[in-house]
Amino acid sequence: MKVRILVSLKESVLDPQGQTVRNALHTLGYHQVKDVRQGKVFEIELEGLDRAEAEKVIPEIADRVLANPIIEKFSWEILEA
Amino acid sequence: MKFGVVVFPGSNCDYDTFHVLQNVMGQETVFLWHKEHDLRGVDCVVLPGGFSYGDYLRSGAIARFSPIMREVKKFAGSGGLVLGICNGFQILLEAGLLPGAMLRNKNLKFLCQHVHIRIENNRTAFSSAGHRGQVLRIPIAHFDGNYYAPPDLLSQLEKNKQVVFRYCDEIGKLSEEANVNGSAHSIAGLINHQGNVLGMMPHPERASEKILGSEDGKIIFRSMIDYLEKKRGTGKKKATRAFRPTVTPLPPLIGTF
Repeated sequence: MKVRILVSLKESVLDPQGQTVRNALHTLGYHQVKDVRQGKVFEIELEGLDRAEAEKVIPEIADRVLANPIIEKFSWEILEA
Repeated sequence: MKFGVVVFPGSNCDYDTFHVLQNVMGQETVFLWHKEHDLRGVDCVVLPGGFSYGDYLRSGAIARFSPIMREVKKFAGSGGLVLGICNGFQILLEAGLLPGAMLRNKNLKFLCQHVHIRIENNRTAFSSAGHRGQVLRIPIAHFDGNYYAPPDLLSQLEKNKQVVFRYCDEIGKLSEEANVNGSAHSIAGLINHQGNVLGMMPHPERASEKILGSEDGKIIFRSMIDYLEKKRGTGKKKATRAFRPTVTPLPPLIGTF
């Protein structure tokens, strides 16, 4: 089973890297870019789990290790069952 | 007193810390390899600076799963003295031994420079040798030192006087400019509620000898030694005196990666 987990800073936390990227895009003339938030992508392959079990394990992994819940939030999707 | 300096793969201030504790402060010091399960009877654990596990994922995020960290958590839980310097501070945050988290520096630059910090609370095991308001000159060297905590936690930290050091200018004034990494409330050093675990971004071990331009870092180590000696009581003080330090070559690195 292939899973993609997205981790990014919470809205309440300033993201200077995202701001720098936005400013660079403005410099290039992409003034339509209103905001940029930078994050991390994890592609994980799971085995030996059915869907229900995976749906329990994935957020656990994200919350305990991949994201720091104080500053980051995460979302996830199952790419291939 | 017996100090233990934890060595993670990627630690790079372990030898400096060892040197200062043993040769400058005159304390018995041992290295504790990250794979060890035993703190070898130390009175205090120091998590040194560096880039443990290459800072992969987040600074300090992987180190907290080391076998030695299980012991450090137990040790801290039973009131043992733990000091985390720079990456050590980041590890303490990730391990949940201190509250909050670190963000990238506000200017997105790795900062390696001398800074001034002000002692906000000298009634701690890590700052009693200084006085409140005293300005120390100690270097920093980090990318992720921009301390973050949600507003309710910050007010709680202030209320409990858990902020031990704040970035300031040379006369002790706080300003946005002096707060080089953008930390919330200019926080440079933080203690847990119980008062036995301290994390700080500046490196006291790099400011403990005249030849390095500042000896202010000794205030932190001196405070810890005073605290431990007091805690142990006068009865066993002789044992401390019996350890006569000489400038010894550092032991070879232990263990394998």
